Amino acid sequence: MGKTIAEKIFDSHSVDNPSGDIHVISLDAVFCHEITTPIAINDLVSRGKDRVFDPEKIKVVIDHVTPAKDSKTAMQGKILRDWAVRNNIKDFFDVGRNGVCHAIFPEKGFVRPGYTVIMGDSHTCTHGAFGAFAAGVGTTDLEVGILKGVCAFHYPETMKINITGNLKEGVFAKDVILGIIGKIGVNGATGKVIEYVGPVVDTMSMEARMTLCNMAIEAGATSGICYPDITTVEYLWKFIKDDYVSKESALIEFQKLISDTDAEYEDVIEFDVDTLEPCVTYGYKPDEVKPVKNMDGTRVDQVYIGSCTNGRIEDLRVAANVLKGKKIKEHVRGIVSPATPGVYSQAMEEGIIKIFMDAGFCVTNPTCGACLGMSNGVLADGEVCASTTNRNFNGRMGKGGMVHLMSPATAAASAVAGYITNSGMFKK
Amino acid sequence: MKNFSGNVLFLDRSDINTDEIIPAKYLTENTKGALKPYLLEDLKLDDRNPSGDIQGKGVVITRANFGCGSSREHAPWALEVNGINLVIAESFARIFRQNMYNCGLLAVELPAEKIDQLFSTFAGKNTFVETDFGKNLFIIKGDGQEIKISFTVSDFDRSLVEAGGWVDYADRKYQ
Ligand code: SF4
Repeated sequence: MGKTIAEKIFDSHSVDNPSGDIHVISLDAVFCHEITTPIAINDLVSRGKDRVFDPEKIKVVIDHVTPAKDSKTAMQGKILRDWAVRNNIKDFFDVGRNGVCHAIFPEKGFVRPGYTVIMGDSHTCTHGAFGAFAAGVGTTDLEVGILKGVCAFHYPETMKINITGNLKEGVFAKDVILGIIGKIGVNGATGKVIEYVGPVVDTMSMEARMTLCNMAIEAGATSGICYPDITTVEYLWKFIKDDYVSKESALIEFQKLISDTDAEYEDVIEFDVDTLEPCVTYGYKPDEVKPVKNMDGTRVDQVYIGSCTNGRIEDLRVAANVLKGKKIKEHVRGIVSPATPGVYSQAMEEGIIKIFMDAGFCVTNPTCGACLGMSNGVLADGEVCASTTNRNFNGRMGKGGMVHLMSPATAAASAVAGYITNSGMFKK
Repeated sequence: MKNFSGNVLFLDRSDINTDEIIPAKYLTENTKGALKPYLLEDLKLDDRNPSGDIQGKGVVITRANFGCGSSREHAPWALEVNGINLVIAESFARIFRQNMYNCGLLAVELPAEKIDQLFSTFAGKNTFVETDFGKNLFIIKGDGQEIKISFTVSDFDRSLVEAGGWVDYADRKYQ
């Protein structure tokens, strides 16, 4: 019997099988940020085990609240910073060089096909876009990952989602994943790996694939995963060019990971995008999804463009395309947070930052910020935000606030209109 | 090993997420104890906030997909520092479930009919769960009624509970 890509990765990393289908796997990368790591560090210190399994494989960023907003967040940063120095961790991204974890680590080339990655962050599934097994874990798993370089998982069961058809104009990866979550539900893939395949995925950029994989967790999945292909090789080439004689040879190597044709799946879902419309969430769960046109006219107080879902250069380009030469509605607070310094400076070079500013947006430094309601755009009770992020939970962006998830195009159009609306109305 | 018996807090909804269990704004705390007052702060059930009912409770009984959303281990910690070491649900989100066992806490799944039965028999009444971990048995009592339900815990999860969590387990076992 053949194997899925996740099974192949597991088999090549398994170090123990303590019972049943539990496998302890070795880790190629452990990512850390300042929210979930400090308690792990404190615990290691109190156990007299202040060390790391391999400083080269640990990558650290301060991203959730940065620059620090108060003494507590300053202390979280300090714990992380001091720990990185003590343990000789070189890849540490602090103020000025930091960005949202799931955007900056891929941009630095830290994720490769076939890798196993954990982080104390549920959206770690994003990195599956590179053909890696990447999963969010809690602080205790992170702590063991840091100390031992291993993590325990159930042997992967995979749900294959075959995405076919042609995306209409104004419909993006974000709409695809919202449509999928709307279809399978927030519990639809719990404990499974979602494998995204099909012609739509094949033509997607790495950025768009990251958007797809990013929200796998919103359907309960352990990880999202895409097959590595020439797009993956092109994206990674500057980091791997010394390891392979040519792009073709890298591609041949990576494609050994692709699921065998006779691999077994828990579930296979067909998702045709021919009739898919731009989507938006209407409630407090990411599977409460409607076509934008059914929500048209919903007044918004704030528009947020950023996050690990949609704060990459492609997302900013799409939004800027809608905003160009326009002003956002007077009552709307527009906030854009380029996800990394790289995205920020590229957006400056392309004149995108100016478009946002001319339209009336506030441009923040790269950070998670408003996405989790800790800084940079917290909502007041009763306020509504049109957002390109991934979670609309009650209280997520501030107590009593309502978050509607959507694509950058829809968010930009809604900023101009002052209410939720389809980006098509601003077509030139 | 921890104590897994106690009075029950019923949370009658599926998909209760970790933002509802402990809001993100408290993630700046660097000790578990500091989370105590904020458990379930943003959870609304039928327009009321069950956080007022936590006092004196040691067990949560709830519906499907409990603990979905953010990976924050602050969710099990917030339960633990409030004396709640056991959650019984129809199902759990993977990371939350793993976090519970990693902390040496218990997250037990029961079939939907059993959960329905527990809600219909006991919800709204003073209910106590007595857990016999060795025999895999819950004895649920309230209002003169008593139901016994056996449960399963995998060998691996059992060893995590017995070891007091994953750090101790892994530290002994892996180089
Ligand atoms: S941008 Fe939002 S979802 Fe992404 S890592 Fe940051 S807080 Fe989490």
